[in-house]
Formats: sequence, structure tokens, C-alpha cells
Amino acid sequence: MIRRAGLFLAALTLFALIAPWLAPYDASEAFRGFLHAPPMRPHLDGLSPVVHPLVLADRLEQRFEADASRTVRLPWVERDATAPVFLLGADDFGRDVLSRLLYGARTSLGLALVATLGAVLIGALAGAWAGFRGGWVDDAIMRVADFVLVLPVIYVVLVLRAVLPLVLPASTVFILVVWIFVAVGWPFVAKGVRAIVAVERGREYVQAAQSLGARPLRILTVHLIPACTGHLLVQATLLLPAFILAEATLSYIGLGFPDPVASWGTMLAGAGNYNAVARFPWTLAPAVAIFAIVLLTNLLALQPKQNHS
Amino acid sequence: MGRYLLTRLGFALLLIFVVSSAALLLTRIAPGDFAELQGVDLSEDERARLRADLGLDRSLAEQYVSWLGGLVRFDFGRSLLYSRPVGSLVGERALNTAVLAIVALAMATLIGIPLGIYSGTRAGPGRFIVRVFSVIGLSVPPLIGSLALVFLAARTGWFPAGGMTSASGMDMSWAQWLADLARHVPLPALALAIPMAATLERLQSESIEAAARERFVAASRARGVDRVRSILRHAWPVSLRPVLGLYGVMIGSLFSGSFVVEVVTSWPGLGRLMFDALKARDLFLVAGCAATGALFLAAGTLIADLLLAYSDPRVRSGERA
Repeated sequence: MIRRAGLFLAALTLFALIAPWLAPYDASEAFRGFLHAPPMRPHLDGLSPVVHPLVLADRLEQRFEADASRTVRLPWVERDATAPVFLLGADDFGRDVLSRLLYGARTSLGLALVATLGAVLIGALAGAWAGFRGGWVDDAIMRVADFVLVLPVIYVVLVLRAVLPLVLPASTVFILVVWIFVAVGWPFVAKGVRAIVAVERGREYVQAAQSLGARPLRILTVHLIPACTGHLLVQATLLLPAFILAEATLSYIGLGFPDPVASWGTMLAGAGNYNAVARFPWTLAPAVAIFAIVLLTNLLALQPKQNHS
Repeated sequence: MGRYLLTRLGFALLLIFVVSSAALLLTRIAPGDFAELQGVDLSEDERARLRADLGLDRSLAEQYVSWLGGLVRFDFGRSLLYSRPVGSLVGERALNTAVLAIVALAMATLIGIPLGIYSGTRAGPGRFIVRVFSVIGLSVPPLIGSLALVFLAARTGWFPAGGMTSASGMDMSWAQWLADLARHVPLPALALAIPMAATLERLQSESIEAAARERFVAASRARGVDRVRSILRHAWPVSLRPVLGLYGVMIGSLFSGSFVVEVVTSWPGLGRLMFDALKARDLFLVAGCAATGALFLAAGTLIADLLLAYSDPRVRSGERA
């Protein structure tokens, strides 16, 4: 189970990476006549899967009907600009939800992965330094960490993001949000690392390294931080879904990525109002994707603990 | 105990002070101010006059000191956005958030603890089913949960999908208002409660499983105490310690979660208020919301710690723990 969850996560990351080749359409390609088109169900015609193209049946109600007399091949096989194929439906601008989901995975997973790496790295260094040096360095770092830990994460993120200029280009948003996430994420890592390092630094192998003349930096990076690998992995599996959610929340309330950028949060922002949710449930696809990711990381994180007890 | 309480109280006050000051200062130094975001058609002169009227043209230090001066008299300033004193506005919204949070905590407890006791002490398919549900529940964060519930509500009409009371809530009697509230609260509260219930279930299940293996439980069974009673009276109290510890941790996530839920289900709580205040650069309101949030947080963790201490019989009987 645990290995399967890991494989699945790796596969999802791969999908996200190769999104431009997987996605049938561009993330911002809007098909004007197909606002809120429902998902189409592919069926087999001989050997190749085909769908019936949609025809607008009622413009006021935005109701579509499948034209059973015609068939269209899937866009991976053959592109037909007049009859786009929406396997997961279309959003409020007539953009393909499947394509946006894949491109959005790049933004959302990418951001969360970079932020997780950053938080783990900085948390490990700060925690190890605190545990290794002790004294006032330890006190100072851990006070700051404790202070960040008491505050509810989403509010800190919210305030930090809200006090920055609200309208920014997407790449700047990416970098800023990564830094904000690292700023709130590192204490979770640092606390555990500090505790482990404080114990480990008295062990014989550290003394041996010291007596061989190893510098503190070398002892830290070569000997002590590797001792924390297990803790770092666990923290990473906890931070990753938290960051994905935080991005989704920020974008949902309009403080994340600007709209044309596909991210799971911006997609939900378009889907999230009461009327849209009831009538066009397929626009909630990113919510399902987030659920799947959180479930997978939970399976990864839960399993080892149960094996212990 | 008294000294411990005093240190905690001091820390709480410091937290509230630091958090609200930081919020105020950050909002002040942020680009753009309230006057700039008001009315597109205002001329520069008019904006300058608005700033002068609202006292926004004063220096940072001046503003901060006058705010501090107000604090001493429990005057938290006026909201620029709502033109009302911050104190009463925040109090009103904080109450709404408290209602949501308390109902959610109660739901999580009533669902999570009994299921945890069941799955920790029984073998068989029931245990497996509970476990599967709780792993799924753990993976439904409030954002996803509230979107899913709003979808459900919109499709089935079982609950109203948003808001705290119906729009016609003005002319209702007390009882009607309460009944209306009771119809509106389950949806957002459930969205908050699902992951908490799952977390409680998992921990309660693990801890009671360990407690049920203790020898005093076996001894109670040997004395002829029946199974259910020996679990509830003997094993459960012992297993509660880690569970109560979790409540302290959950307070923080309750706050983060309630912000998201308030936004999705348009619950008029503290989170939404703070968000609106931040967007409008309404700095006194931001500071007031931050202070109230920190107060809740400190109170919540303190209550959780006291419960934890009280659950230890050594503390309860006045012995040194």
C-alpha cells in the first residue's frame, strides 16, 4: 500500500511535469461557444475512441446536447477546431478543464514541491545549528520557531501575502508565495531536527569525527543532518499537502495566482460560487485532485507509524 | 498552579500585543492605503482630505502611539471600512466564529471519540470500515469539505448552502432566529469537523488499544467487571491523555480551517472580517481582528492544557505531578 501510494504520487508529479504534451489543449485556449460545456463520454467506434460533438441546445440555460449523428476523434489523435472535446467539461470561459487540471498540477504541485524543499532545507539547517551550538543561538532560533508555530498558519500566510502588492505577474507571485510558505513551514522541521541533533551530537561517532579534526560545518552536514532523514521525510509528507492546500486557498480568495494562470486554486475560484457548483459540478475537478493528493500523502505518512506500534 | 497560570497569562498577553502590533505595522507599511482604494473617481485633493479626516496622514510612529494610547482605555480605534468602533464590530463577528468553532469541536468529539473507542477495542469488519472512513476523512481538508458540502446542499436542498441566518432574519423572534441558526450551522461546522473527527478517531483508537492491554484492565475483567464497563471505566480514562493533548494542537487548525470555511460558506465570522479589512487596508480593524484571534488561540490552548492537567489524577488530588 505504502509503496503503491508513493508510486502514484511519483506518477502524478510526472504527469504534471509533462503536462504540455499530455494536455489536449492549451490551458488558456477558450472555446467561445462552449462555456460550461459538460464532460463528454468517449465510446469506442471500431478501435478508436470517439465522442459525439456537443451542440448548444439552449443558450439561456447553457444546456448542451450530444449530436449522435456525428462523431469526433479524441484530440490526441486528431484535432478538430470546430468540435473541441472536453473529457472533463469546460469552465466559465469555455476552457478545457482537463487541460487546465494538468497545467494547474504543474503550478500547484510545483509550487508546493519547491516550497517543501525550501522549508525542509532551511528548517534542517536552522534546527541543526540550534541543536549543535546550544546556548543563546539555540534559544533565539527556537523562540522564533515557537512563536511561528503558535500562530494559525493560514492567517500568517494571509497577512504576509495581503501586505504585499496585490496585483503582480505570475512568476513574481510564485517566488513570493514560495518564500511565504518557507517562512511558515521551516519551524515544523526545525523543532524535530533540533531535538535529534541535540541528542546525537553527544554520540561517539560525532566525537570521533571531532577528534579527527572535522569542522563543525562538516559534522553538521555530513554526520548530523543525515541522522534526521526519517524526520525530514515525515515532515515533507506533511508539508506538501498543506502547501498545496494553502496555494488553493490563497488563489481561491484571489490572493494567489491571477486568473489566466492555471492552478488548482484559480480553477476552484472560478467554480466556487453556489450556483456554479450546483450546475457545473465538473469544475470542481481540482478539488478531487487535491483530495487524491492529500489521501496519497496521508497513506504514505500513516503507514510507518502503524508498523511501529 | 497559580504561578503557572500567571506565566501563561503573561505569555498570552504578550502574544496578543505582539500579534496585533505586527498586524497593524505590516498593514501600515504595505503599499497602498485605505484612501487610495476608496472610490475610483476621487481626485488627489479629495483623497488627501479623506486621509486628513481619517488621520491616515500621520506618521507611523504617531499612529502607533495613539493606537497604543487607545488600547489602555480598551478603545481599539474605528474601522475605516465600516465606520464603526472596532471593538463592537469584532466582538460581534468573533461570537459568530466561536459558535462555528464550538459546534464543530462538539461534532468532532461526538463522532471521533466513540468511533475511536469502538475501533480500538473491537476486531472485525466494523473496525476496518471505521478505519477506512477516517483515513478518507483525514484527507478532506476544510476547503475541499466545504466545497463538497456546498455542492451537496445546492443539489439536494438539505441545508441552506451559505450564510448564518436567512436573509429575512431581521424580524424573527428569538426562538425562530435560533432555529434558523441551527439550520445554517451544520454545513460549515461539518466541513470543519470531518478532519478533526478523523484525527480524534485515529488517536483515540491507538491509545485505547494500548490502554486495554494494561494489566489493570485485565484485573478488572478478572474481578468480574463486564467488558464494556471495564473499557469505559478503566481503560478509557487512561487513554484520554494523548487525546486531550491533541485538543490543544487542534485549536490552531480550527482557526485556519474556520477562515476557509467562512469564506466558502459566507459565514460572517472573524476570518472574513479580517480578510476584508486586509484588502481594504483598514489597519485598526486588522489589528483588532488579529488581537481577538490571538486571544482565542491563547484561551483555547490554555483550556486544553488545563483539561490535560485535570485529567491526570495526581494533579486533581493536589499532588505534585
